[in-house]
Amino acid sequence: MSHKAQTVFQRPSSLKEVPTHFCAGCHHGTVHRLVAEAIDLLDVQQQTIGIGSVGCSVLLYDYFDIDVVEAPHGRAPAVGTGVKRVHPDSVVFTYQGDGDLAAIGTAEIIHAANRGELLTVIFLNNTTYGMTGGQMAPTTLPGQVTTTSPYGRDVLKEGHPLRMAELLGMLGGTAFSARVAVDTPKRVMEAGRTILKAFEMQVKKQGFAFVEVLGACPTNWGMSAIEANARVGKELMDFFPLGVYKDITTQG
Amino acid sequence: MKNRLFVKGNEAVAMGAIEAGCRYYFGYPITPQNDIPEYMSREMPKLGGTFVQAESEVAAINMVLGAGAAGGRAMTSSSGPGISLKAEGMSFMAGSEIPAVIVNIQRPGPGLGGIDVSQADYFQAVKGAGHGGYHLIVLAPHSVQELYDLTMLAFDLADRYRIPAMVLGDAMLGQMKEALVPHAHQLPKDLPPKDWAITGKRGRVRGNVVKSLYLADGELEAHNWHLHAKYAQLKERETRFEAVGLDDAELILTAFGGAARIVKTAIAMARKEGLKVGLIRPITVFPFPTDIYRTATVKTPKVLCVELNNGQMVEDVRLSVDPKADVRFYGRPGGTGSLPDPEEIFAQIRKHYKD
Ligand SMILES: Cc1ncc(C[n+]2csc(CCOP(=O)(O)OP(=O)(O)O)c2C)c(N)n1
Ligand code: SF4
Ligand SMILES: [Mg+2]
Repeated sequence: MSHKAQTVFQRPSSLKEVPTHFCAGCHHGTVHRLVAEAIDLLDVQQQTIGIGSVGCSVLLYDYFDIDVVEAPHGRAPAVGTGVKRVHPDSVVFTYQGDGDLAAIGTAEIIHAANRGELLTVIFLNNTTYGMTGGQMAPTTLPGQVTTTSPYGRDVLKEGHPLRMAELLGMLGGTAFSARVAVDTPKRVMEAGRTILKAFEMQVKKQGFAFVEVLGACPTNWGMSAIEANARVGKELMDFFPLGVYKDITTQG
Repeated sequence: MKNRLFVKGNEAVAMGAIEAGCRYYFGYPITPQNDIPEYMSREMPKLGGTFVQAESEVAAINMVLGAGAAGGRAMTSSSGPGISLKAEGMSFMAGSEIPAVIVNIQRPGPGLGGIDVSQADYFQAVKGAGHGGYHLIVLAPHSVQELYDLTMLAFDLADRYRIPAMVLGDAMLGQMKEALVPHAHQLPKDLPPKDWAITGKRGRVRGNVVKSLYLADGELEAHNWHLHAKYAQLKERETRFEAVGLDDAELILTAFGGAARIVKTAIAMARKEGLKVGLIRPITVFPFPTDIYRTATVKTPKVLCVELNNGQMVEDVRLSVDPKADVRFYGRPGGTGSLPDPEEIFAQIRKHYKD
């Protein structure tokens, strides 16, 4: 029997060959890879433009081998709107955390979606402000202890976690809205397919596409990587159900 | 092109921008500048350009940030409260060296203030409204023609120096109608190529990155010295002002923008009565025309600065003049019924001329 060497796994060419700064067990790295794979699969690296946000993913430009512009905290969808208008044939995506997208940037994301901007938005929901040291986020779960909700989030005082995939799925301008998770190999594969679809819809000019990814921040959750991963599959998914909330390609 | 039009100031801004090749406009309604977005919403679609009414001034400036970073000629316009909201974006654009044009048709403040004539935002414009210590190029037109011409110039300067440029108008200039001679914009042939812009790599070896974050040792300091050198270069090459009647002047008046119109009329009244009064009118308020103040006040030490505020540019005048100069101030902060007329300024000229 002859054995021919076959590449079954390699770094996507849209990612640079550099180590990342992410903590052990952080899902930002996983999601970066899925985004890069989608760009490679669609063969659009040369025309892709990334809009960085403010959070642990701020160094996007160090990892992706594409053109990148940095946006102020929460403003990536507005920056993306400006970029896309100048280069309508390019593929523009924003990559945002839950503090960035669902707190300070709530207005920008809702209106970009509602205008039906031809953007792909990748939203990593880790239920906390990772970069600034684990403060309460708009997505922090009821009862969750953070550095600014030391007694646990009290929904009567601090409000309820925002379900962004559902919220954006309700808007007329949204073409696609889904929530995925990256805590198991199977779900990583599914997340990859969903992210690919969200990019593909932009290439086909089908409209605004949004993917919320549930991910872990072991460092600020005060957990091991394994415990944090398990929390995604239980607590996070209980409150934030996975699924497709809008898809104009199947729902008309 | 028609050789003479009768045009509202705000429309002259929009016309100048379009003539200069601006095809991306992002705005949000606020009085007294609404004619600008209205004009753009009408004309941009005819030119294949972009008009977006953003959800806020915050969003509008960030759309400008994106369009400018992508290499387009982009503009936004607003007034006081809206410019405050743009401060964050302007700081990021200054830090990221993104060219674009921001127009402030000033109204009086603070807060909601009012919608009349005022120059309340001089500090905000020239000292950097946002955080981090930066400057914009700030052009201060005083006529409808200048609103048109300087808006064109703002785009060229922004592109040449990779810096956001502001056109600092006011409710008087924006709302009044005056003769305008439109002319074709001559794009300077020596503008540097926008090879830094984000377009998608499109065959480039390295991706372009437009950003303001610098974390490595010494990197941010070097970046700030680079910006500092750019401001010094602007001062050397791009300072613009109008100086009239300085040769025999016993008293120098100084004013910018709308105030300078009133001052010019008052000076004409004074000259008719034989009072030797000159004028320095900064056209760029950043870079500030420091040198003309210094040289002029060696000969004529007495200066009266007139502003439609409680005294803002006067601080830069004091920093510029000869150490022995005597700088005085007259101003009113704006609001309904608070616009001085030429007689009021003439009375001030008489008073300061004597003592
Ligand atoms: C205007 C502004 N406010 C606050 C901050 C500080 N800040 C930096 S990152 C961040 C939160 C990031 O959280 P998230 O978006 O969830 O990203 P993560 O780090 O969790 O991936 C904040 C508040 C800032 N940079 N700018
Ligand atoms: S702090 Fe949290 S989000 Fe940030 S890199 Fe570490 S694990 Fe990831
Ligand atoms: Mg987060």
